[in-house]
Order: sequence, then C-alpha cells, then structure tokens
Amino acid sequence: MSWDWDKLKQQQQSRGGGVPPQMDEILDRFKKFKLPGGPLVILLIAIIMLAATTFYTVKQDEVGIVQRFGRYIKTTQPGLNFKLPIGIEKVTKVNVKQIRTEEFGFSSARPDSRVRFNSGSNNISVALMLTGDLNVALVPWIVQYRVKNPYDFLFKVRDVRRILTDMSEASMRLVVGDRSINEVISKRDEIAVEARGLLQKELDQAETGIHIVTIEMKRTNVPDPVQPSFNEVNQATQEKEQMIYQAREEYNKAIPAARGEADRTIKTAEGYALNRVNRAKGDAARFTSVYQEYIKAKDVTKRRMYLETMRTLFPKLGQKFIVDSEQKNILPLLNMTNQIGAEK
Amino acid sequence: MKIKGILVVLALAVIVLVYNAAYSVDETEQVIITQFGKIIGEPKKDPGLKFKIPFIQKANFFAKNLLDWDGDPGEIPTLDKTFIWVDTFARWKITDPVKFFQTVNNRFNAIGKLNDIIDPAVRNFITSNKLIEAVRKSDRTLDRGEVGVEASERTYYRVTTGREKLTQGILNQAQPKLAAFGIELVDVKIKRINYVEQVEKSVYGRMIAERKQIAEKFRSEGKGEAQKILGDKERDLQQIQSEAYRTAEEIKGKADAEATIIYAKAYGVDPEFYSFVKTLEVYIESLGEKNTLILGTDSEFLKYLKKYPE
Repeated sequence: MSWDWDKLKQQQQSRGGGVPPQMDEILDRFKKFKLPGGPLVILLIAIIMLAATTFYTVKQDEVGIVQRFGRYIKTTQPGLNFKLPIGIEKVTKVNVKQIRTEEFGFSSARPDSRVRFNSGSNNISVALMLTGDLNVALVPWIVQYRVKNPYDFLFKVRDVRRILTDMSEASMRLVVGDRSINEVISKRDEIAVEARGLLQKELDQAETGIHIVTIEMKRTNVPDPVQPSFNEVNQATQEKEQMIYQAREEYNKAIPAARGEADRTIKTAEGYALNRVNRAKGDAARFTSVYQEYIKAKDVTKRRMYLETMRTLFPKLGQKFIVDSEQKNILPLLNMTNQIGAEK
Repeated sequence: MKIKGILVVLALAVIVLVYNAAYSVDETEQVIITQFGKIIGEPKKDPGLKFKIPFIQKANFFAKNLLDWDGDPGEIPTLDKTFIWVDTFARWKITDPVKFFQTVNNRFNAIGKLNDIIDPAVRNFITSNKLIEAVRKSDRTLDRGEVGVEASERTYYRVTTGREKLTQGILNQAQPKLAAFGIELVDVKIKRINYVEQVEKSVYGRMIAERKQIAEKFRSEGKGEAQKILGDKERDLQQIQSEAYRTAEEIKGKADAEATIIYAKAYGVDPEFYSFVKTLEVYIESLGEKNTLILGTDSEFLKYLKKYPE
C-alpha cells in the first residue's frame, strides 16, 4: 500500500504546510505590533501598579493600621510608608487628631457637624428626660470626642458611632435621673462632668478606643407648656425682693426723720430748762438785792414801793370811783357799759 | 506545544485550588470550617491567612467584635401604674460560634432571639418596680430648692434599686437564656424613659401647679417680710418719739425743780416782803384801763383825802 502511505504523507504535508503559514502570520503580526519597546511598557505599567499598591502616605493627623491577610501587623506613622502589594497587606487610615462632635437634642446650623436626628420632633424626644423628682426637663448637649486607640476603634466594636450615641443618651439620662429639676436647670456643669465620667467609663469598658474630650451642656429647660409657670417663679422672686425693698424704703423714709425730730424735742427741752433756771436765778438775784436794801429801812421802803406802784398803776386804770367809807350797797347803781364795750 | 498547554492548565488549576483553599480572617471575624455542612475542628478565632481543603470545606464567617441590639420601645406600666415608654439597647458578642452556627446561624436570626428574650425581661423588671427606681441612680438627696408640702411624698421616697441595679437584673435574667445560642450579652441599658402622652399632660399639670405654689410662696414671703419691716418702722418710730418725750420732760422737770429751789431759797428769807413786792408787781401787770376801780375813802391810799392826819 505504498500509494496509500504516499497519499497520507502528501496529505500530511499539505496540511502541515497549510497551518504553519497561518500561525506564522499571527506571530508575525504580534511581533510587529509589540516590537517597538513593548516589553518595557508592560514592565513599566507593572512597576507602577506595584508601586501604587505598595506605597501610601499617611497624613499628619492620621495613623495607618496595616493588616496582612486580615491580621493586624503594625501601626504606621505620618509620612510615606510601604506595604506588601496586591491585597496581601491592607491599610486603613484613621484620623486620631480630629475632634468630632455629636449633637443631642438640638441641631446647629454648622455644616461640619454630624447631626443624629434631623426632624424637629425627634430632636425634642432626645432632649426630653425624666428628672429624679419625676418632672420632665429638656436637656440638649454635645459630645466631642476623638480616637485614642485606632486598633480598638477599628476592630473591637462593629458600630462605634452607634455605641457612642446610645451610650451618651443613656449616661446623660442616668445623671439627669438623679437630679431634681432645679438642679438640672442650675447645675449644668456638674451634670456635664458626671456624664462625661460615666460615658468614658462605658466606652473604655466596651473597648471603643474613643476619648471623650468634653461634654458640653446647652441651655437646659423645661418643656414649653410648663415654661410660663417657671417664669412665674422667677417673677415672683423679683416681686418678693421688690416688696422688701419697698418696705425698707418706707422705713428709711420715716426713721431717720423721726430721730431728728426727737433730737429737736430734747434740745427744746434743754432750752426750756436753761431758760427756767436762768430766769429763776435772775428773779432771785433781783429779789435778794432789793431785800438787802429793804431791811436797812423797812418802813420807808415799803411805803415808797407802795406809792410808786400806785403812781404807775392809777393813770392806767379806766373809770375810778371814790366812795365814802360809810356808803354801802352801791353796786346795783354802777353803770357797767364800759365793760360791755370792752367785750366788743 | 501540548505539554505547554497542559502546564498552563495545571498551573491555573493549582491557582484556583490554592485560592479556594486559602482564606484570610479579619481582626473582627471568626471562622468555622464545615465539610458538607458538618463542623470540622475548632473555630478559628485568631486573624490571619488560613487554609482549608478546597471545595469540600467551606469557611463560615462570624463577627467577633461587639455587636449592638436596639430594643423595641414599648409602653409598659410600672408598679405604681404609670405608663411609660422604655427604649433599651444592648451589646452582645458571639462567644461560641459553634453553638451560634448550629442554633441561629446569622445575625438577623440572632436579633430575633434577642428581641424574644430581652424585651420580656425589660417588661418584667419595669412592671415590678416603681417608676422612680427606673429613673434614679442612687438615693442621694435631691436639692429641690423650694419644696412645697405636696411634693414631700415623692421627695423623700428612698430609692432601693435604682436604674443600674435594674438593668443589671435584666441582664442577669436574659444572660443564661442567651448562652444556649453562643451569645454573650455584655450589657443592657435603658436609653430613654418617657411618659406616655396622657401621663405627660398630667405631669405637666402637676409641674405647673408645683411652680405656681412656689411662686405664691415667694410672693407671700415678700409680703410677710415687707409687713415685718413696716412693723419695725412703727415700733421704732414710737420708741424714738416716746423716748424723746420722756427725756424732754425729765429735763424740764429737773429745771423746774432747780428753779423752785432757787426761788424758795431767795424768797424764803422774808415771805412777808416777797408777798408785798410780788403783789405790787401783779397789780401793775394785771390791771389796766379796762378795769374800773372803786375805792373807799378809808383806804390807805385815800386816807389823806378824807382827813389830814393830826
């Protein structure tokens, strides 16, 4: 069967000769296409890709947490760092300097703050709290915090922010629940300090890696319907003071004046006393002087004094009647017109 | 050519196998290996690169970190029959992933179990305690400032349990039931307690009444204080005036006495002469033109008119 063999050979040859040219063609095209520096480009691209996944920068306020196949390896500091590429090592950057703010029970207009509740009704229900004397108070506050332990922050808790907000509310209510409504309104600083302590303790226990910088209380108040009655108390306090001041005013108006008057009365009496004594002394001195002369010539002096008096007296008198000593009962005859005229 | 192709296929197969055999466990995860649904070996709790038999074994991932649960706020009556809304939350962990895998399998189911167990426990504790026990933390004395009579009962109630012990009680009750699911309940907290609407209204009413009463107290205190001051004023006024009068009269009296002594001493030497001199003075002072004088001729003054003395 030589012809058969030949035929086969021929067939094989024709086939072998047919296929290689096609392959050559493709290879040729491939080579021609890739030849101008092709391997270099590929290498370059590969290097860039490697570099991109190897080097990374950590910003000034961040740290990088490096995980190799999920396992925590190290914490890297700010600057240029490198890691193993293509998914072997993974970096999570955590900002450890930034102070974040959560607001509770109110919403400020600040664009940077993340507000938990946006609708008004929810805001109020966050702030509404029962106080220790079973009254209701409105307590809004803010919590400022930063990450102190990035490892805990990333790995220990599934939803750190949620724990933070829930715990803030729980701690604040725990503190407010142990205060009277008066204390809630007037001792906000004390409440903030205690709530901060409680919250930090809880967050440490839960290994959240969060440091509470501060809790700041906003204006605590009572619910709207009760507000007027609280104002009334303030007003009553003012009224009380006003009434007391008014009474003091009355007192001050009267008492010093009365003291002055009293002094005057006493001075007047002293004046009277001086007057009385001096007059007495004067009268006495005059009498004594006259008397001393009188005892030297009793009878003559007496007569003289009598007559001198008469001389002074008589011209002053009105009507004068001289009646004989024997004449009696003349009174009915007397004309009293002079006296009536004097009465007019 | 053929050998090359086989090599490529082999390499690819190896890569696929290795890729399927290797798995990485994150810091926040733990893994259970199952082989056709059957648990093989201990759960892998430490993170890093691990290997398993490819395709036959399967890695099941569970969270290792702290998880949260938020209670359904419900309306619950307290022991003193006040209806309140209680909003609770809890934190939990999967501590036994094998049990967890066998019983609840995923977090969604687990939360269902937590609902079934914690909510009733909260209910039990709230209904068997007074409201104040759930609100207060300690029995510290509250500074209520101006208290009225009406508030005394609520003020002086001694808190015996307090919120912290109450939540601890809830935790203790729920904890053992959850252990069966490989869950550790870390804590249960009360986030909010609020009055239901009707109660809230009456509480507001009470608060208003309490404030009004305090306001009235202030006002009447003011009035009282003012009256006291006015009373002081009256008393001081009377005292000052009367003391002045007394002092003045004493001074006058003393002066009169002194004058009397002086007169008595001077005139006492010769009362007869004093009487004579004084009478003459009085004549001059008291008699004038309005007086009419009727004289008898036998008077001392006219005796010479009637007859010349021999």
